[in-house]
Amino acid sequence: MIYRDQELFGLYMGILVLLVVASIIGFLLEWRVKTPRGRATVANINARIKAWWVMSGVFALANLGGTTTTILLFAFLSFLALREFVTLTPTRRGDHRSLLFTFFFLMPLQYFLVATQWYGLFSVLVPVYAFLFIPTVNALQGDPKHFLERTAKLQWSAMICVYCLSHAPALLMLRIPGYEHENAKLLLFMVLIVQLSDVLQYVWGKTIGRRPVAPNISPNKTVEGLIGGIASATIIGTLLWWATPFHPFVAWLMALMISLAGFAGGLTMSAIKRDRGVKDYGTLIEGHGGILDRIDSMCFAAPLFFHVVRFFYSTI
Amino acid sequence: MASLVASFLAFLARLISGASDLWLDCEPLPKQRIYFGNHTSHMDFVVLWSVLPDDVRAQTRPVAAEEYWTTSKLRKYVAAEVFRAVLVDRNSNTVEQRRDQMERMLSGMGKDQSLIIFPEGTRGEGDEVQPFKSGLYHLAKARPEVELVPVFLENLNRVLPKGEYLPVPLLSRVYFGPPLHLQEGESKDAFLERARQAMVKLASQ
Repeated sequence: MIYRDQELFGLYMGILVLLVVASIIGFLLEWRVKTPRGRATVANINARIKAWWVMSGVFALANLGGTTTTILLFAFLSFLALREFVTLTPTRRGDHRSLLFTFFFLMPLQYFLVATQWYGLFSVLVPVYAFLFIPTVNALQGDPKHFLERTAKLQWSAMICVYCLSHAPALLMLRIPGYEHENAKLLLFMVLIVQLSDVLQYVWGKTIGRRPVAPNISPNKTVEGLIGGIASATIIGTLLWWATPFHPFVAWLMALMISLAGFAGGLTMSAIKRDRGVKDYGTLIEGHGGILDRIDSMCFAAPLFFHVVRFFYSTI
Repeated sequence: MASLVASFLAFLARLISGASDLWLDCEPLPKQRIYFGNHTSHMDFVVLWSVLPDDVRAQTRPVAAEEYWTTSKLRKYVAAEVFRAVLVDRNSNTVEQRRDQMERMLSGMGKDQSLIIFPEGTRGEGDEVQPFKSGLYHLAKARPEVELVPVFLENLNRVLPKGEYLPVPLLSRVYFGPPLHLQEGESKDAFLERARQAMVKLASQ
């Protein structure tokens, strides 16, 4: 079904064109820029573009492979993100059992619920059951030191890296009348807007950015970048209305919401990085940092988009 | 067969521990060396061993506890064929017994083999590097030309703390520092403290 979707094919052709254009621009920049500082920036940009080829390719394979491969991809991303997040968050001996629970039980179960489309339990597993279970396990370990702080850290890691992110593949379980078997495009729409918004904010910020939004948190996020990035990302979102169940105006609103949530995600996760005194969560993706640096915005955008679409469009 | 198992185990250890290696003023070369690391987890020597490049790993032998690695056939096989471990008895108390352990390590090194040792003796809680036992000094004295490479394993005590059986797959890091040698006329205590400080310095990277 999904494989023969002409619109999905169209979206991927668009991404392909975008990557080719970006690579050509990167090549031209490398050829033109002469200053050492400019060269370093261009080298980083080109590393990022190269990584985009790989990331787009992996995502496309999973997405075109169907529901199962998509869910498996996001489960794997959750695992990598969780790993980066917990590594940066100081935990103590007494947290070991809770961590084992999060990695080997909670995370697989959450994605299993996505796969079996059990919406009821999916939506409360982490905020109700894990929320109460984790502090209990920690208390049983008998280490009262920094108890609330440690519990909060574990709950945050489960919330952001498992619960929030699992809402991206959960888009596939929505039942939208007149849009049956087309949800792969809904997921691609969300991923595309949130990532394009990130990239465009970066591009606008690098070119005309002056006033930082929160200089103590992330000096690279500027007001100009934010406005320019969100404005252009929402225009693209509107132009892609045909691939969604939305009216063009609603597509614009959705893209606006996704971009704003994405910005909030990036900013919040930057605050955590700042607090821990690091620039990136990891080193897995060249030019980008870790997995979490790339998907932080999606962690905020996915649950919001999921619930708004579910409320207004879905019968599930 | 054993080398295949070794490659697979090294891959598995890197996967679980998410270990990356960082060489500071020290090249990952297949020279004869003694790698000495901090001991905070069951996984220490496997992870240290697994991040070494293939050619270096092929000639590096971990020093391991005899009482643990000889209790079953599987352990014996893994220790002897896969890790090619040099087994020592950690409960050596008399002078002769200790000399015998030293002999085992020196003959295990032979002409070109490197060793992995944990001079703190037992596993610490991971917060602080414990004082060193004297084995490192005696090795350095017997083989003064061999490079002594300090190694610091970060986060492994969180991956698999003392007393736990299942590892949490966090990201860890292995730091290799500049090699040192026993200096002429250096006393045992001064040398051991200098070596310990080299390890502590890596920890603050």
